This record gives sequence, C-alpha cells and structure tokens, in this order.
Amino acid sequence: MHMSAAPAAANETEDRAAAELRAAAEPRWRDPKRHAWLLGLVVPTLPFLTWGIVEATGIGAFWFFGPVLVFGIFPLLDLAIGMDARNPPDEVIKWLERDRYYRWCTYAYIPVQYAGLVFACWLFTRPQLSTVEKVGLALTVGMVSGVAINTAHELGHKRDSLERWLSRIALAQSGYGHFFIEHNRGHHVKVATPEDPASARLGESFYAFLPRTVAGSLRSAWALERTRLARLESGPWTWRNDILTAWAMTVALFGALVAVVGVEVLPYLVIQAVVGFSLLEVVNYLEHYGLLRRRREDGRYERTRPEHSWNSNSAASNVLLYHLQRHSDHHANPVRRYQALRHVEEAPQLPTGYAGMIVLALTPPAWRRVMDRKVLAHYGGDASLANVHPPKRRRYLGAEGTPRRPAGAEAGA
Amino acid sequence: MSVFRCPACGYEYDEERGHPREGFPPGTAFAEIPDDWACPDCGVRDKVDFEAVE
Repeated sequence: MHMSAAPAAANETEDRAAAELRAAAEPRWRDPKRHAWLLGLVVPTLPFLTWGIVEATGIGAFWFFGPVLVFGIFPLLDLAIGMDARNPPDEVIKWLERDRYYRWCTYAYIPVQYAGLVFACWLFTRPQLSTVEKVGLALTVGMVSGVAINTAHELGHKRDSLERWLSRIALAQSGYGHFFIEHNRGHHVKVATPEDPASARLGESFYAFLPRTVAGSLRSAWALERTRLARLESGPWTWRNDILTAWAMTVALFGALVAVVGVEVLPYLVIQAVVGFSLLEVVNYLEHYGLLRRRREDGRYERTRPEHSWNSNSAASNVLLYHLQRHSDHHANPVRRYQALRHVEEAPQLPTGYAGMIVLALTPPAWRRVMDRKVLAHYGGDASLANVHPPKRRRYLGAEGTPRRPAGAEAGA
Repeated sequence: MSVFRCPACGYEYDEERGHPREGFPPGTAFAEIPDDWACPDCGVRDKVDFEAVE
C-alpha cells in the first residue's frame, strides 16, 4: 500500500517538508480561516450548550436548541456574514494540505461528539425532563450526528488509513457506516447521472428523494462490497466486509449505552440517528439538484466538471461544514483536504449557503420556485439537458418531450 | 511489471504490488483489471483513463 498509511518516519519527513514550505510561503500569505475552523467544534458541544441554556433560563423549550441553531441561526449567520470567495494562492496549497493543524481540527470533532452523546444519554434518564423535552434533546443530538457525517466525509476521502478509521467511528452514531463506501466509490463515480441514488433530480421533492437515496445508497454500497469481496473469492457475510464492520460499531455503541444507561435511551438513540442521516441526505439533495452529465458517444458519461455541483461561498456554512460548499472543486479533487478547496468561477452558485438551502429543501414549493428556475437558467431554458425526475417528465418536457418552461419558472423569470 | 497512474489524483497502480484489498493480488496485470474499475482513491477516473508511467 504505497499510497497510504505513512509510517512515523515518513510523517516526520513530511512534517519537516511542510514546515519548510510554510516558512517559504508564509511571509506572503496568511490563511484568514485558520482559526475559524475551530468553530466547527461548536456543533458537537450542542448537548452541553443546550443543557447550559436550559439550566440558565429554566425554559424547557430550549432542549430544541440544536434544530433552532442549524435551521434558524445558521441561515441568518450566512446572510449576515456574507460571502468569502478568496482562494489560497496555488504556491501555498502544498503546505496548506500538509499542515497537521487542520487535520486535528477535524479529529477533535469525534471525542467531543461522543462526550456529548454520553452526556445526552444520562440526560435521557432524568425524570425532570418531560418526553417532549427528551425528543427535543434527541433532535439536538441528531444535529451533532448529522454534522458528524460531514466530518466523516472529510476524513473518509483521505488515503491515510487512520483517517479512514476515524471516519467510520464518526459514522457509528448515525448508523450510516456504509456511507464511506457508497460515497467514495458509488456517488463520486456516478454523480449527476440518473444512476446515482444521491443525486437529486429536477422536479423531485426532498420527501421523494429521501427514501430513494436511503434505499438506493444502501443497495449500491452492498453491491460495491459484494463485487470487491467476490474478487477476493469471498461472499459478503464476512468480517472483511467494511459495511458489516462499520455497522457493528453502531451495534456495539448503542448496546454499550443501553447496557450502562438503560433501555429507555434506545428510542432516543434511534431518533437522533434518523435525524442525523436525514440531515446528511438533505445536503445530498441540494448538492447536485437537477444537474446532469451528458452521455458520450462511446456510452460513458462525460467527466465530472465544475458545472455538475451546486456551490456556495457563504462564509458561515463553509466554516461549519469544512468547505463542503466548494463542492465542484471537491468533486474534481476528492482527495484534496478541506482547507485547500477552492472557489471555482464557472461553478453554479446557490442563492445562499447550505444551511438556508436546507430549510428551503424542507419546503418543496419554495424550493421549486427558487431552484427550478436556477436549473433551467443553467441549461439555457432547455430542461432536456437536466436530470429530470421521470414521474415529472411531462411537466418539464411536455407530452412530446419538447422542452418547455414549468409554471414555477415563468413567474417573474 | 508496469505502473499506471490515475490522471486525476496521482494514485499509482503498480502491477508488482497489485491492490490486494481490491482483490488484485501482487502480480495482477493491469490488463486483467475490469475496465469499469474506478480509481480507488478519488473515484473520478476509471481504469481505462489511467496512464502508463515510465
């Protein structure tokens, strides 16, 4: 494995090389976001933060603080703080990627995440909390669980085997361990094609997308592992199956929490897991909505280009989500570390950050008003170039398949 | 024995080492790998896009 798992000696050499590169580049450029990345740790502290707010105010409704923060405060922060399209200069990319500080910012999410989960499990057993308040806390923990999938996403793309392990650990809380297989080997290969369960289609509401992506991603992940294991002359029911080992982590985690804290935490663990992976899937929904790679004459799809992902430069969501919104550069260079991802000029831009777009996605009529127009504008009004949801073909393409603008796109377009 | 590189991310498939985790034991010729096998590191390019090194 010459490309992965660098031994300690190689790490030292790499660190020295990074220090030298940095010394050469730093007088000319300083990373304006360097310390901001630590703000990514605000979300995993939510169980503690929420408890503190409830204690300080005595108001039980604040157990719902997690969703209020993610769906209310973060979208407002995006609007208030605005855009930041600045890119690091090309000559500093190397040291920026090698600087281990940035990795530790992502690693640190995981211990905080699990400390919060254990704390929340203890809170679930408190008789002072009503059932509604406990559900509120479970939703708050679900926000941590969902954003943890973003951390796992950053780690799971790396060649370092330690980071791939950390990725699976971060996924254990949401029970979405198959994600790091399906995302890297399925989604990235098939993105913006009708074959990808995680690429949303024009006219498909989030509520139609959710069951399709959850079931489709699971099937696809299993097929990928089965194919790999068949080459190793093994069936899928083996501990070499990375999906089974990842799920086993969830079983062990939930089992341990139930054993220690009591079986009454189980429904809340399930709620936070479902909320967590649904939060990931709503982000999947908005990342490629309606975008389509064309088929070439030889039957293969054209290469994934910047125009196949939705981007945003809103500073608040970008810091919170480790530059996930610089999504075109991520799809062009999936192994590139978050701090070095770049704004790409030709990439389609969302009207606001992912946080606000999540709220829009949860309200399909508002989503269609905004995004159908954007998709059609992107394709010069020709819906036949978009990835159209098959049950809605008539709405977008007319009876004969001739492109026409949908009602939503005409008003004020 | 030859080496083939992914043009997107620089991953190198070395026939001598193979990629045992992917089911290609050391010594597996690049020609024996299925055409639709995507780069195991980035998933951006497929086997047929790989370029010979050396």
